[in-house]
Amino acid sequence: MASALINVPKKAKRGDIIEIKTLMSHIMETGYRHTASGQLVPRDIITSFACRFNGAEIFRADLFPAIAANPFVSFFTVATESGKFDFEWIGDNGFTETASATIAVE
Amino acid sequence: MRKRLAPTRRRFLGLAGSAATISVIPIVSLHPAEATPETMAAAIRTVVGGAVVQTGKVKLDIPPLVENGNTVPMTVSVTSPMSADDYVKSIHVFNEKNPQPNMGNFYLGPKAGRAQISTRVRLADSQKIIAIARLSDGSFWSVSADVVVTLAACTEEVM
Repeated sequence: MASALINVPKKAKRGDIIEIKTLMSHIMETGYRHTASGQLVPRDIITSFACRFNGAEIFRADLFPAIAANPFVSFFTVATESGKFDFEWIGDNGFTETASATIAVE
Repeated sequence: MRKRLAPTRRRFLGLAGSAATISVIPIVSLHPAEATPETMAAAIRTVVGGAVVQTGKVKLDIPPLVENGNTVPMTVSVTSPMSADDYVKSIHVFNEKNPQPNMGNFYLGPKAGRAQISTRVRLADSQKIIAIARLSDGSFWSVSADVVVTLAACTEEVM
């Protein structure tokens, strides 16, 4: 069961630069590991992460097996208006998860 | 003498084998094809094309000595005013010796305010990490960092 942890400030002043931290629980199986009997463990990773603010994309990332399990990504944005951040993770085997957070800008 | 030695040796190997399977320390028998400086250069070329990559502007924060390569904190920041006509478009991170040369691509925009991203990465070996930033004027800037890893990630056996 996948779940997301999002850290967005509840409030900000207009023009503030705010940091957004995200963490998605996911195994991020690299596809390069073998079992003791020599079988390759198939790849199962999150390949793409995106963040939209009020519908407009503000950040996007392509992830590779080199990203650690439970991928943590943090980035910055300027608080321009009150609204809603939508986060989306897409991965192998049809994995999709979304999360959202609101901010009040004064 | 020989009769007594053989079972001891067998028992020893049996113990060593079971220790290897339950151990979390990577005992690697099958190395996958690993990235090399050449494949890293090729991966960089697919991003920058024929453009000249200059050194500077980019800062790569990663511990120089890593005990556990399974999760290594990494921060990349770029010196940029992040204004509407002068901003960082994207940040790309590459490595020399993981199975794949790419680590992550991060796309920013003028509204980011600060050109900085953080994540946690896996390192399969002691190696050089390169971060490249694409600016809005089309120029590329890079920085590299060397990391020593004592416990490698990616290639260990699983149960």
